[in-house]
Amino acid sequence: AYKRFSELLPKEERDNACSARVAKSQILTLPELRANPFQHRICRVFSTSDNGDDSMCFEDFLDMLSVFSYSATSDVKSHYAFRIFDFDDDGTLDRKDLEKVVNCLTGPSEEFRLSNAEMEQLIQNILEESDIDKDGTINLSEFQHVVSRSPDFTRYGGLQR
Amino acid sequence: RDCQQADIKYLSGWKRWKRASSKSLKKVLSEVKELSSYLELWRHDIHSIEGKFGTGIQSYFSFLRFVVLLNFTIFILMFSFVTVPSIISKYGIFNSSFAKIPPKNIEPHCTVYKPSGDKGLVYFYAYLKDLLSGTGFLEETNLFYGYYTIDVAWLSILRYNLPLAYLLATFAYLALSFLWIIKRSVEGFKQNLVHDEFQSYCNKVFAGWDFCITDPNAARLKHRSLQYELQADLEEERLKQKIADRTMKEKLRIYSLRIFINTIVIAVLSGCFYSIYRATVFSQENSNVSIRPDIRTDSIEAVQYLPSMVITLANFIAPQIFSFLIRFEDYLPAFEIRLTLMRCVFVRLANIGVLLFSLWSRISYCATDKCQACGYNYELYPCWESEVGQEMYKLMIFDFIIILAVVLFVDFPRKLLVSHCSCKLVQWCGLQEFGISDNVLEIVYGQTICWIGTFFSPLLPAIATIKYFIIFYIKKISLMHTRKPAARPVRASSSNIFFLVVLLIGLVLAFIPLGISIAHIPSSKACGPFRSFNTSWAVVPNTILGFPTGLQQVLYSIASEAFAVPFLMVICLVMFYFIALARAHKRVAEQLREQLVMVRFDPLFCTPKVS
Repeated sequence: AYKRFSELLPKEERDNACSARVAKSQILTLPELRANPFQHRICRVFSTSDNGDDSMCFEDFLDMLSVFSYSATSDVKSHYAFRIFDFDDDGTLDRKDLEKVVNCLTGPSEEFRLSNAEMEQLIQNILEESDIDKDGTINLSEFQHVVSRSPDFTRYGGLQR
Repeated sequence: RDCQQADIKYLSGWKRWKRASSKSLKKVLSEVKELSSYLELWRHDIHSIEGKFGTGIQSYFSFLRFVVLLNFTIFILMFSFVTVPSIISKYGIFNSSFAKIPPKNIEPHCTVYKPSGDKGLVYFYAYLKDLLSGTGFLEETNLFYGYYTIDVAWLSILRYNLPLAYLLATFAYLALSFLWIIKRSVEGFKQNLVHDEFQSYCNKVFAGWDFCITDPNAARLKHRSLQYELQADLEEERLKQKIADRTMKEKLRIYSLRIFINTIVIAVLSGCFYSIYRATVFSQENSNVSIRPDIRTDSIEAVQYLPSMVITLANFIAPQIFSFLIRFEDYLPAFEIRLTLMRCVFVRLANIGVLLFSLWSRISYCATDKCQACGYNYELYPCWESEVGQEMYKLMIFDFIIILAVVLFVDFPRKLLVSHCSCKLVQWCGLQEFGISDNVLEIVYGQTICWIGTFFSPLLPAIATIKYFIIFYIKKISLMHTRKPAARPVRASSSNIFFLVVLLIGLVLAFIPLGISIAHIPSSKACGPFRSFNTSWAVVPNTILGFPTGLQQVLYSIASEAFAVPFLMVICLVMFYFIALARAHKRVAEQLREQLVMVRFDPLFCTPKVS
């Protein structure tokens, strides 16, 4: 893992890779993240930088890899998945977050997005299935509850090392 | 991560090694699986079709691939057990030889058979004509039953019972197809059962993206398939809601409309059957002029192809009528596909049935005493199995030509017209959608012909393999360039099983004509391996009589009633047991599902977790 991290750094800084930070644009060249529609959110969630530029140091990099590995527990995965899906970082998944998630899933180009009516119907269904306290948003425990009963989550949430 | 590392520290050395080895084993297994999937035929093509057009159309292409493999296997089976020994013995390889034992107790006039191979000056067009209709030079080749006039073959020193091998190979390929289709549909069935309706939207949205995708192309395909799935689910839900909202008046209207349309459907079907019957009779009457080989004119060609043409016309028109009518019946899209498919299946398979029926009524029609001595119409059909084989061959070739012609002369010009001409009528017609049910039917129809025809023409599966191989590429090109994506996306999971069920229906229907030919109609005395037997089936009792007495006794007792009735009863009991088990499991699953929903409202589970 250290090797992969240091490969991302420009040549001069490779010697003190332990303390260096890698810019977001470099992180996004990783093959696992390149095709991922949630790449920006992933960088944002795992980055501990103070100035909001989403750069990652080696520890952040390790954090990210460990969460996505096969041996992470589903608690950990669902916790981080919740943070990734929470686009406005307010601690709950409301309608806008869900809309953004669905748009990420259907692809970057406009013509393959769902129509407004379809989006409404879909979000309604999702909230019906997962919103327990009927407040119109999904909080962390509701999310973890739903995900624990989904057989695909653990299968798809892992990166092959 | 910290928890896991802490865990590892406490594990003893043995457990650590076990965990490491299971991890590496998993890795090796997944790599082997990936490697073996590279060997799969057309893997990349089908994957890209799935991405562009959705899983419904992809299921059609996987089905086509399955049919190609099935045909190839059948061909290998027949080839190795029937064709290869006959070639070896006829050409004397390895000091092999064969014997034609003239049948005893048979009137000599039954054994006269002179296939009219064109000798002397052969025009090129006659060659082509023979290629298309299986007559002439083709009749004498390995392709048809008549070539295998070998009663006993000796391969080096081994005595090879070719008639028995021929019959057993026929049974073997039927059984193989049956078992393979069932195995495949059971796999699909398992998938269908597991595909839960519970929480389906949340599953798709939160767990839908495969984080292992690294290739941008694969990502694009995944996006597309997710979009299709979501849209298909939403569409189905909307339609279900609409159906549930129907008032009594609307329901009455819809049901009476459905009854009316079903009567039209039955009328159309009867019309098709009658026209095929007349066409076959006409064609057989008029082509009898040609049994004297020196009289062959061009008009005979069209008459010979008349049944095939009428069948193809009926197969073409009837589905169009059905798919036009079904729009008025207002079903869910998945059910629409199935109902249209069932109706068209019925048309196609019954068409073959009517053709065969009319052929047989002519073959078995015996007016004179001389004819009755042979048991079949020896004047018109000295080697009737080859005739039936020729009809099947013609049907298959014609089917192939029609598919090619439709793609070349209908799809591509339509695409050109739509993209270059901007007049309103053309734009309104637009491009055609890929009709899944029509295409599946073509496959099932062709495959049923292949199954029936292989007994009469052992090399037919090879032709079928090549035909479907080419058709895959033709359909793919036609799909990519001339079709628009379906307006209503359709889900594939249950379609897969349904296609296999329809194929199974075709197979079961193929049993009937084969059963009648093998067991009921006397085999021709002039050609083929069953000359010295009454019927083709008679080979089996004959062989059994040659077994040692002990074995004979065992076999007779198995076939007797004293064994069959208790056996049937035991089978029924086992079946009832499994049905009861399945019902109990289903009930348990329902109860668990209800409990899961209740769990949501259990206060213990609603306390927020400390993160």
